[in-house]
Amino acid sequence: MNKPVLILGATSAIARGTAAAFAARGHALYLASRDLDELQRSAADLHIRYGVEVRYGLFDAEATATHAEFLEKVIAEMHGLEGVVLAFGYLGDQMAARDFKQGARVIAANFTGAVSILSECANYFEPQKRGFIIGISSVAGDRGRQSNYVYGAAKGGLSLFLQGLRNRLFASGVRVITIKPGFVDTAMTFGLPGLFLVASPQKIGEDIVNTLKKSADVVYLPGFWRFIMLIIKHVPEPIFKRMKL
Amino acid sequence: MPTLITPISGWGRYPVQSCELERPERYADFKADAPSLIVRGQGRSYGDASLNENGRVLLSERVNRMLELDVEQGILRAEAGVTLAEILEVIVGKGWFLPVTPGTKFVSLGGCVAADVHGKNHHHEGSFGDHVLSLAMILADGSRMNCSATENAAVFWATVGGMGLTGIIGEVTLKLVPIQTSQMMVRHHAAINLEQLFKLLQAPTLDDRYSVAWIDSLATGRNLGRGVAMFGHHATTAELGNSKPNPHKPARSRNLPFDLPAFALNPLSIGAFNALYYHKEGGKQDPFLSGYDPYFYPLDAIGQWNRLYGKRGFVQYQCVIPEHGAHEGMAALLHELSASRRPSFLAVLKRFGAQGRGMLSFPTAGYTLALDLPIRDSGLFALLAKLDGIVLQHGGRVYLAKDARLSAESFRSMYPRYEEWLKIKSSIDPDNRFSSSLSRRLNMGRPA
Repeated sequence: MNKPVLILGATSAIARGTAAAFAARGHALYLASRDLDELQRSAADLHIRYGVEVRYGLFDAEATATHAEFLEKVIAEMHGLEGVVLAFGYLGDQMAARDFKQGARVIAANFTGAVSILSECANYFEPQKRGFIIGISSVAGDRGRQSNYVYGAAKGGLSLFLQGLRNRLFASGVRVITIKPGFVDTAMTFGLPGLFLVASPQKIGEDIVNTLKKSADVVYLPGFWRFIMLIIKHVPEPIFKRMKL
Repeated sequence: MPTLITPISGWGRYPVQSCELERPERYADFKADAPSLIVRGQGRSYGDASLNENGRVLLSERVNRMLELDVEQGILRAEAGVTLAEILEVIVGKGWFLPVTPGTKFVSLGGCVAADVHGKNHHHEGSFGDHVLSLAMILADGSRMNCSATENAAVFWATVGGMGLTGIIGEVTLKLVPIQTSQMMVRHHAAINLEQLFKLLQAPTLDDRYSVAWIDSLATGRNLGRGVAMFGHHATTAELGNSKPNPHKPARSRNLPFDLPAFALNPLSIGAFNALYYHKEGGKQDPFLSGYDPYFYPLDAIGQWNRLYGKRGFVQYQCVIPEHGAHEGMAALLHELSASRRPSFLAVLKRFGAQGRGMLSFPTAGYTLALDLPIRDSGLFALLAKLDGIVLQHGGRVYLAKDARLSAESFRSMYPRYEEWLKIKSSIDPDNRFSSSLSRRLNMGRPA
C-alpha cells in the first residue's frame, strides 16, 4: 500500500500524532511546514518507525501565491495523492483582537491560507473522483468568545468553507471531514489553567485517521466535546454576552 | 514558551517538590532558557535527580525522534527524549538489541547516558556510556557541541554519568548489538546463603552474558543472603530450534490504580512472597526460553508499581562494593537490614566489571546491591546513613540515579573524580545553570 497523504502544518503535536497514525497504516507521507529542520527530523523518525516513504518540503500557508506550484510538486514527487490533512493553525495572542496587524495574520494563516491550498487540493481530487480532505478546525469556531474571537472567527470561517467543499465534492466521491478538537495536550495548551480531560495528541491522531472508516462529516475530538459545544452553542445570546469566556 | 508550575517527584515518589515545567516540541526549543534548569526524561530516576525545586525542569518527552538507523552496522542516532521501549519496538525485528538495558524500558535515551545506566551484563559489556558513539549537546551559552570518546572527550566523559549537569544531551548515537532471535535462554540456580550466591555468580561454568541474583532480604542467620542466581543470553536460532518463537507481543500492562496502604507490605507478607519465590524460581535449573520483555522488564508489566509502597513513597538504595571486600560488606549490609526489620520487597545483587570512564559513573569492579525501602518513618534515614558508613568503609559508593538522601560529605568520599569533573563542568557551564535538587543537596557544581 502506498496511498500518499499530504500533511500541512506537519510540525504541530496533533499533526505528528496524525502522521504517525497514517504511517502505521502504511501510507506514504509528505510533510509540509515552514520549519525544514523539524520536518527532516519527523520524516526520518516516521520512516524508521513505520518503514513508509516520507518526503517533506517547505510550505507557507500565508504565501498563497506559491500554493498551486507547491501542490504540483507534491503530486509529482509522490506520484499522486490520496488525501490531505490541514493541520496548521496560528493562535496569535490576546492582542489579535485589538491590533489588526496581528488579527490579519491570524486570519491569513487560519482562513485565507487554508482556503487557498484546499481549493487547489479540491481541484485535483474532484476529477480524480477519489480522495479525502481532513480539515482541523476548532471548537473556538463554534461560538465567538471575548478571549479569542479573531481566531474563532477564522476557524469558524474554515468550518463553513469545509462544509461547502463537502457539498461540492460529494458528487465526486471525495470525502471532506471537519475535525473540531477540544482540549488536546499540545504546546498551545501546556500550562494553561482550567483545562480538563485533556487528550493526548497520539490518541487524537488515531481518532482523526479512524474517521475515514466512519461516515461522520463533522467530528468533535474527544467525542464528548460535541455535547459541551451543544450546550455552549445554545446558551441564549442575552446571557452569553454577560459571561466571562 | 509556556511553563507549568506543579509539584513533581521521581519514581520513588520522594521527595515531592514544586518545579516549573517546560515542554519543548521542536529541537530548536530544546535549550537552556532559565538561570537554573535540569532536563527530565521519563522521570524514572528514583530520588531528586530530575527535580529542580523552584527552578526550571525541561521535559524532553516530545523531543523523541529517531533520526538515523543503520541496519547493516547497527547504529542508531536519536533525539534524547525517545524511550528504550520505542527503540526496541523498531530494532528487535531488524535483528538488533540494546547493548545495555536497565530494569525498565520506560526510560529516555538521554537519561540512560546521564545516569550511565548498567544492566545485567556489566561484567562483560560495561555500562551504557561504553556503547555511545557520540553525543550532540546544547550548552549553557546556547552553543552546540558534538562530543565522543575521541572528540571533546573530557566533556563526553563528564556527561556520561554526569546527571544532566554539564549541558543538554540533545542527540545520542548508539551502537546496538546483534541478536538472532527475540527470545532469551535462561537458567536459574538457588543458593542457600550469601556465600553460595557469590560462588554461583563467580562460577565461570555458569557465567553468561547476563547474570543477576535475587536475594531474600528477610532470611537471617545461616540463611542470610539466600537467593536465586539467574543467568541468560539471547537465544540463537539453533537454540530456538523447533520451539515456536513467540512472536514478540509485549505483555499487556496493568496499572496499579491506587496507592496500597503502607501496611500491605510487611515482614509477614514479604516473607511469604519471598519463600514462595525462592522455591518456585530456584527450581528452574533447566534452561528455558523467555521473551525479552518478561526477562529484562518484569516490573514494566505492572504500570505504576511504585504505588505498591504507599503514598509516602520509597527509597531505592543501591550501592556497589569493590571486589575484595564485597562479600563481607554485603553480609554487613544484609545483617543491618534484617536486624532493622525493614524488609525490602526487592533485593538484587549483581556483579560489575571494570570501572567505566565516566567521571561520575557509578559502576566499579565488584558487586552491587539494590534495595527498595518504603518510607514509614524517619528511622529509615538513620538506617540508610548506617548503610552509607558500611559502604564507605569498604570503599564503595551509592548510585546517584536512585538516591534521595545521601550527604554531600559522603558523596565526595564516594566519587573521587568529582574535582576533575567539576573542572570540566565549570568550563562549559561557569554559572552553574544546569543544576538540580540532587546537585544542590550534594553541593555539586560549585567549588566546595
